[in-house]
Amino acid sequence: MTESAALAVEDLVAGYGGVTVLEAVSLAAQPGTITAVLGANGAGKTTLLRTISGLVRPRQGRILIDGANLARRRPEDITRAGVAHVPEGQGVVTELTIEENLKLGGLIRRGSGRGAALADAYQRFPLLAERKRRQAGTLSGGERQILVIARALMAAPRVLLLDEPSLGLAPRMVTQVMDLVRRLRDDTGLTVLLVEQNARSALAIADRGLVLNMGKVVAADDAAALSADVALRRHYLGF
Amino acid sequence: MQEFLEFTLGGIATGMIYAAIALSLVLIWRGTRILNYSQGGMAMFTTYIAWLVIRDTGSYWAGFAVALAAGLVLGSVLEVAVVRPTENKPPLNAVIVTIGLLILLEGAAGIIYGGQYRSFPAAFSIKGLKAGSIGLGISPNDVFTAAAVLAAALILALVFRYTSVGLRLRAAAFAPAVARLLGIRIGRVLTLGWALAGLFGALAGVLVTSSTFLYPNSMDSIFVLGFTAAVIGGLDSPLGAVIGGIVLGVVLSYAGGYLGSNLVLVYGLAALVLVLMIRPTGLFSSATVRRV
Amino acid sequence: MTLARHLGAAIVVAAIVVLLSIQLSAYRDYQLAEVAAYLVAVAGLTVLIGLSGQISIGHGAFMAIGGYTSALLLTHLGWPLALILLASVVVSAAGGALFGVAAARLRGPYLAGATLMLAVALPTVADQYQHFFGGDQGLSVAITTPASLGATFPPTRWQAWVTCASALIALILLANLARSRVGRSWRAVRDDEVAAALSGLNVARLQVLAFVVSAACAGLGGALLAVVTGIVAPGAYTLTLSIALLTAAVLGGLGTLPGALWGSLVLVLVPTYLTNVGTSHGLSSGASSSVPIAAYGVILIVVMLVFPAGIQGGLRRLFGSAVDTPPALSRWRVPFTRSAGTSPPPPLRPPAQGRENQEEGPS
Repeated sequence: MTESAALAVEDLVAGYGGVTVLEAVSLAAQPGTITAVLGANGAGKTTLLRTISGLVRPRQGRILIDGANLARRRPEDITRAGVAHVPEGQGVVTELTIEENLKLGGLIRRGSGRGAALADAYQRFPLLAERKRRQAGTLSGGERQILVIARALMAAPRVLLLDEPSLGLAPRMVTQVMDLVRRLRDDTGLTVLLVEQNARSALAIADRGLVLNMGKVVAADDAAALSADVALRRHYLGF
Repeated sequence: MQEFLEFTLGGIATGMIYAAIALSLVLIWRGTRILNYSQGGMAMFTTYIAWLVIRDTGSYWAGFAVALAAGLVLGSVLEVAVVRPTENKPPLNAVIVTIGLLILLEGAAGIIYGGQYRSFPAAFSIKGLKAGSIGLGISPNDVFTAAAVLAAALILALVFRYTSVGLRLRAAAFAPAVARLLGIRIGRVLTLGWALAGLFGALAGVLVTSSTFLYPNSMDSIFVLGFTAAVIGGLDSPLGAVIGGIVLGVVLSYAGGYLGSNLVLVYGLAALVLVLMIRPTGLFSSATVRRV
Repeated sequence: MTLARHLGAAIVVAAIVVLLSIQLSAYRDYQLAEVAAYLVAVAGLTVLIGLSGQISIGHGAFMAIGGYTSALLLTHLGWPLALILLASVVVSAAGGALFGVAAARLRGPYLAGATLMLAVALPTVADQYQHFFGGDQGLSVAITTPASLGATFPPTRWQAWVTCASALIALILLANLARSRVGRSWRAVRDDEVAAALSGLNVARLQVLAFVVSAACAGLGGALLAVVTGIVAPGAYTLTLSIALLTAAVLGGLGTLPGALWGSLVLVLVPTYLTNVGTSHGLSSGASSSVPIAAYGVILIVVMLVFPAGIQGGLRRLFGSAVDTPPALSRWRVPFTRSAGTSPPPPLRPPAQGRENQEEGPS
């Protein structure tokens, strides 16, 4: 399975200082799928994404992007390899305008591609086009989430790591964001790793699901199967 | 009244020098949270290089250009070689390292050029200008100084706002973690920040040294006043650096003119302490003070 | 108990110094006196930086205050030496209090910048009031050897005795202070200012006290140096002096009193050697006197990058805990900081060291 996977992780061990957070985590995400990464607070979901994107150095294990092992590389290099990470809390640069935020995302592309990427973004997200000269700090929570996803897409990534996009959003916005992610997978064949507390919404759009508990994988299956497993849901996912 | 006019205009001219130093400090502080105590030393060193070029070629402008280029190079080299290794260490290390750089540059200048006071030419005439029969207190060279710094600051502002290099610099200053995740090589951006700081320092050095002498410690007092200007304007704000420079220059000009000019540095010290006690983040900074 | 131990050690050292001063030539006695004078100043500075976590690159200014006080008192009032030294301590302490109160809320680079400005600005006062301070020429300082020692007693030996005795007294006081509750409070503030304030320590008062103590030491050192060199002038108290003091403290090992000794030895013995190296390589005298200055810079950079614990840290690693422990340099906070790089979300509690971490949140 890992051979054809867009993103695969093998026996990943990682942590901070003296604390180990991830213990031999493995997963494989096929191209054009959404994999939901679920589990309680502190289970290691965010750490998993941070290790894949290079913010945290893994102690052991491999991270394979289209077959190439990129473990222990720096975040800049991993991004250039086609992995975009939208961190928890969004990371909107509030001092810059919306357009500048978007342009920031496109900087790693060659000059000619940047203009096209920007035009694409405005086409797909007319809301951002309307307000492009406004300071990004004036956006609401849901709008910011859309902005950072759009910004991440500017680099034409093959893999998108989304960390808790529904955090702090009103239910209507949550639906909008999840819809957006689903459409991205459908239209562009993007591979998405979606970390979510809101397991129900995540499983609704996901193809596969991965459940973490205390840094270990306790379940990995098709999303439908996970949703149907009532005991699992109650125990680990809270619904 | 004439005195007041002279003090004001003269103060603005000197203030632009402080602004240039303040700009260099802000450029580095925003991106790295390091205060570059060697900024004056770097400026002095590049001025010596200019002096050498002028002496050997007879052309002021050749020296001017070489000094600016040397500032770019010196800034980049120092960042990569000496400052980058302090990246993940405690802040005290970076402070002591830049102080070490300062004294190393002063010592090196003394070894290479000797410690004697040398005179440095001015770009234009240093005779006071007059409006009719009223002395203005500034010379054509002073006007050039102010114009040069303003032009450089303006170009910097344009670069910041309209170029992708400028976007990188601002992103690295505001949100380096986010920028790294977007693939931006923060290390190179920081080096560029130091290079630009070196450029502004070099500019300040060649502009101001014509009115003092060139010797290894010649930029010490200019540096501390430039630091004061940066603090007044807010270490985060390039605009604040320019305004802080002008304000400080004018205030010190009045104080020195009406109270006695030997103690200008003491007045500057008083101004610094006052600002730090009343509004430590400066006039224009958006940074908030963390308290419990 | 510590006081008795310190006094005992001091008596032994005093005996050694007396014997040494008799054996050494006049020039070496002069150098011994210089070392003692610098030792007092460097010891105060290393306590300030290493124990209370405040940096100063302006302690040359406090040395100037002490030096000029003693010169003026000697010239105008002719007081006995001990009283003059005491007065220098008091005046410098007052200066330290003044500056300390003004700078009490400053941290990190702001404090360093303010002290830098002090170092550069204060000597100009001598230029303003030339009549009183003797302008660029300065004032001469001449003390007489007490008659009770005999007419043939070498003045350099007397100076060595005076300075070493002062240094020993100062060191005993500093050592006791470092081990007292004040010393522990300083370390607490240095390590985590917010936690210290929350546990009831008056941070501002402690910081000012540290400044007062270190300024008093610098003032005493300045007065002693004036006695030894025989002159006070603005040219003796340049920025280079302040940085040299810092270099001595850093090289020796920040926060350690033995480190202050190693640093002072280097400060006195190495520059002449380096200057001679310069002249022997054909440099003019002006250029070769810049060699030690460049050396200070190299020392500061290399020590900070390669072995931040200094000489004393190295000795401790070689000989174990029989030797003083240099404090960790990691506990030093920068104000108004935003995260300057990526840092992990704190899984347990916010980290207290290094640059401020503003990212918090569930893992």
